[in-house]
Amino acid sequence: MATFHFELVSPEKLLFSGEVDAVVAPGAEGQFTVLESHAPLMTVLKPGVVEIDEAGKKDRLFVRGGFADVGQGGFTILAEFAIPVAELDAAKIDADIKNAGEDVADAKSDEARRLAAEKLDQLKELKAALGL
Amino acid sequence: MPSLKDLRNRISSVKATQKITKAMQMVAAAKLRRAQAAAEAARPYAERIEKVLANLAGGVSSGAPLLLTGNGRDETHLLIVATAERGLCGAFNSSIVRLAREHIARLQGQGKTVKILCVGKKGYDQLRRQYEKNIIELVELRGVRQLGFDNGDAIGRKVIELFESGEFDVATLFFSQFKSVIQQIPTALQLIPAQIPTNENAATASGPQPSYEYEPGQDEILTVLLPRNISVQIFRALLENAASEQGARMSAMDNATRNAGDMIKKQTTLYNRSRQAIITKELIEIISGAEAL
Repeated sequence: MATFHFELVSPEKLLFSGEVDAVVAPGAEGQFTVLESHAPLMTVLKPGVVEIDEAGKKDRLFVRGGFADVGQGGFTILAEFAIPVAELDAAKIDADIKNAGEDVADAKSDEARRLAAEKLDQLKELKAALGL
Repeated sequence: MPSLKDLRNRISSVKATQKITKAMQMVAAAKLRRAQAAAEAARPYAERIEKVLANLAGGVSSGAPLLLTGNGRDETHLLIVATAERGLCGAFNSSIVRLAREHIARLQGQGKTVKILCVGKKGYDQLRRQYEKNIIELVELRGVRQLGFDNGDAIGRKVIELFESGEFDVATLFFSQFKSVIQQIPTALQLIPAQIPTNENAATASGPQPSYEYEPGQDEILTVLLPRNISVQIFRALLENAASEQGARMSAMDNATRNAGDMIKKQTTLYNRSRQAIITKELIEIISGAEAL
């Protein structure tokens, strides 16, 4: 199968860069798969899992707050936050959600409460996206 | 003429100082390596987002978001001055503040209103003396160990909030660009209206740009992308600043260590000379006393 260049970058680092066969990304208007010589496309991503197919080897990464840019030079995803799914596990996320819920309950200032609530939402999104 | 004891004390205190500056230099060198790696890791994202923005902005219609085009006015300027939380790093903080000051003076000369948002305590301390009334906020990053995107994002959101409530028209970010350990360049970067690198050269070289398909729409993407871009620019500036700070501190402490070494050498010579002089004097006294007998 023909390959194309794919990059996944977050503000903190370059997470993936290489030649791949196919990438499945969670677009704002539905999941889409990018294969070689895809038409130029630019879209917002919703929180979800990006699946990378690299010569039969599959990688799964969770992304939040991302953009996808398919151009002549290949496919680039800019994500605000990205983490390999393998590094996540359901029990830990549940524990984090519980902690975040407690943080919201006993936040002292409005600012702290807003931040805690945001974190809780993000964790819930993460859980939903993984279908756990 | 200082006594021998004075000299001894002096030498030992300079030696103690030298130990401290030497330790600080080594700590800065270790931190610099980490800060530099972080700054380099952040580069791809910033470059990509710039490219995507350039692509988008090229074909933007008249209804572009205000963050891109500005709100058409040029009356109130917001200066975001990013400096370090700590001193003892040579001219690092002062040179950023100096650049900001020149800007303020120029803008005020043109009759514009200036507002200042300080990031980092050192810049705040220096600007407060002159522009207390202009400073609207101070963001401290003292407790932050490892700069994350969250830090940049928090500042970015604050700036956008201010912009949307009409607090200012133009935003400029001041920080120090890291060139090398001995060279850091204070830089002013305009954030709002966004400065998009025009890629006309690239366009003519590679023929007509492919027509992009946008999902949901071009404007929707821009409204999400532009605030992100501002956060990314601020985050990048913070990282550059962190690397510059450590670089500046390293060379400042290197100088200090060397100066202390010079001083120790000078004082030791002086100490030995005066000790010698005292011995000679005592000998003369003994000999002339014996001769007198």
